[in-house]
Amino acid sequence: MVLSPTPGPVVVRVDDVTKQFTVRKDNSLKERIVHAGRRGRAHKQEYTAVDGVSLEILAGTTVGLLGPNGSGKSTLLKLIGGIVSPTTGRVLTRGRMAALLELGAGFHPDLSGRENVFLNASIMGMSPTETAARFDEILEFSGIGDFIDTQVKFYSSGMFVRLAFAVAVHTDPDVLLVDEVLAVGDEAFQRKCMERIMRFRSEGRTIVLVSHSAAQVQELCDRGIVLKEGQMVFDGDVNDAVSALRDVLEGRRVGEAHALDSGKPIEITRIDVLDTEGNTREVVPTGSKMRVRIHVHARRPIPDWDMGFSIDTPTGQMVLASNTERLEVDLPSLEAGDSSMEFTIESANFGPGQYFVNANVWPVEPEDTHVMWQGARFTMEHTDDSIGTVAAAISVG
Amino acid sequence: MKFPGRGGKLREVFDRRDLLGLLVRRDLQARYRDSVLGFLWTLIRPIVQFLMYYLVLGQFLRAAEGIPQFAIFLFAGLTIYSFFAEMVQGSTTSILSNAGLVKKIYLPREIFPLASVGAAGFMFFVQCLVLLAGAVLFQALPAPVEMLWFFPSVLLILIYGLALGILLAALNVYLRDVQYVTDVVMMLAMWLSPIVYAWTMVSDAFNTLGLPAWAIEVYTDNPITLAVLGFRKAFWGAGMDADYPDDLLLRIVIAGLIGLVLLFISHRVFTRLQGNFAQEM
Repeated sequence: MVLSPTPGPVVVRVDDVTKQFTVRKDNSLKERIVHAGRRGRAHKQEYTAVDGVSLEILAGTTVGLLGPNGSGKSTLLKLIGGIVSPTTGRVLTRGRMAALLELGAGFHPDLSGRENVFLNASIMGMSPTETAARFDEILEFSGIGDFIDTQVKFYSSGMFVRLAFAVAVHTDPDVLLVDEVLAVGDEAFQRKCMERIMRFRSEGRTIVLVSHSAAQVQELCDRGIVLKEGQMVFDGDVNDAVSALRDVLEGRRVGEAHALDSGKPIEITRIDVLDTEGNTREVVPTGSKMRVRIHVHARRPIPDWDMGFSIDTPTGQMVLASNTERLEVDLPSLEAGDSSMEFTIESANFGPGQYFVNANVWPVEPEDTHVMWQGARFTMEHTDDSIGTVAAAISVG
Repeated sequence: MKFPGRGGKLREVFDRRDLLGLLVRRDLQARYRDSVLGFLWTLIRPIVQFLMYYLVLGQFLRAAEGIPQFAIFLFAGLTIYSFFAEMVQGSTTSILSNAGLVKKIYLPREIFPLASVGAAGFMFFVQCLVLLAGAVLFQALPAPVEMLWFFPSVLLILIYGLALGILLAALNVYLRDVQYVTDVVMMLAMWLSPIVYAWTMVSDAFNTLGLPAWAIEVYTDNPITLAVLGFRKAFWGAGMDADYPDDLLLRIVIAGLIGLVLLFISHRVFTRLQGNFAQEM
């Protein structure tokens, strides 16, 4: 993660904003007249997409809006962008704003690529002279080449998106609003987009990003806002926001403890991440020795049993897992009641970011596994030495 | 800090005049793209329409007999009326046909009906050139001073075209019937003003029917009628004073002032309604 430059003044202020939609089932004059008056109410439905949200965004920060489908995050982005106006409350903004809600929204299929570049840049607030000055750069970035003078209706969808993105990122916005647009194009192009957005960040611009991909948000943002049914349920550090999103997705209240009592012969009651001194760690330094302590509760004495753990990224990608079967370790027989066991990881070489620890236990005979998902969470300390999914000591010579 | 989507609209639209120009060009360029005759179509349609009225009404129905230089008389009326109709019809669908932009990008939305008015203005300009060429050819032009009537009448039609266009553009988002109603009303309105017939025919008919004096006043003070009469004065030199109502300029000025008030009101309505454009489409 690259740290943003020092945040500047407030560029976006959302003051207690509520947005209600009226969903009508009749859209023609005839239907409207037929359903006028009291019966009309049955054909109307009020729907609150954003409910009393207040927030401030400082210049130079990258903010991720997270939430399940229908939580109002796209509506909030549109409110910030001025595309819809709030029912109550107000939205104040400062500086030039570019909304990347849909690439190529202003493209006209019958015009050539060149004409569309000028039109689209103008829509984003650039003057024709500014566009002309940056035209070669835009063309270069898009990689369209000689097709620039062909009507865009003959473009492949990839070319279309590349040209649209090229225009969008060359318009020099102070605030960039991005809605899921990074999910298009081939891998090479996506990487190019990400690089560009990273550069925007390092230039001290403000980015507000809506994404379903928690990993993407974690990679790009330094602040996360989680919405649920139109209400803001979390606002703060992006790593905490991602776990708050998990809670929302799984229907839990944010930060609520996991439900226990599964009726299994052995149950996991808690998972701790510890350092060598036995202190609970939330942040783990790269390469340090790390201990995963699993607390279990046995209903009766169990002579033969096994346990295991796995470590996942927030997107559910497993990065490390093992169990006593694999390690060919015989655990001592378990007394009835509470006890605990530990796995020790000699050197934690995970890449920077957040991880979840899962664990499972089962008696050998009869096998009846109890799993605790995401019983603990830790963050790998950030180092400037390397990036990527694993961390390693690197030397040059 | 600024409020997106509110306040200082005129300024905001003015700041985006480059975009407005590009949107007008887009409309025009895209219209005849891939057609062999291209911009010639701008002329072909009105000329065919003109020939049709000239032959059927003027020659077959003998409307031309009482009116000298009937061709210019007719074409002048058609030109300014089609400008009005194109402004209103184009604006009405402008927000909907730019749904992609309205839903995804913040722009002062007034820009879309304005771009339609701009495109209609271009067509009008081309037709005016044809009209002028025709008038020179038939030696129908009035004294050069009389041609100044062009300005008040075009200004008047522009005010009403804008006022109606902006209002209908906003209403059409909520109620799609508006565009069809507009088409029908525009067709009717053409016969409600002295375009293919003379104003004197109406006043004579009203007299014969024994209608009260205010009836002809109501007919005359219809802004389209006033604009048509004024515009005709600028190009059709054969007209006598008796062919026009008294105090035409005063009537145009008053109608223009009322039009400005209507324009203000319709813009207020537009501003109120535009907040929900994005989700109504």
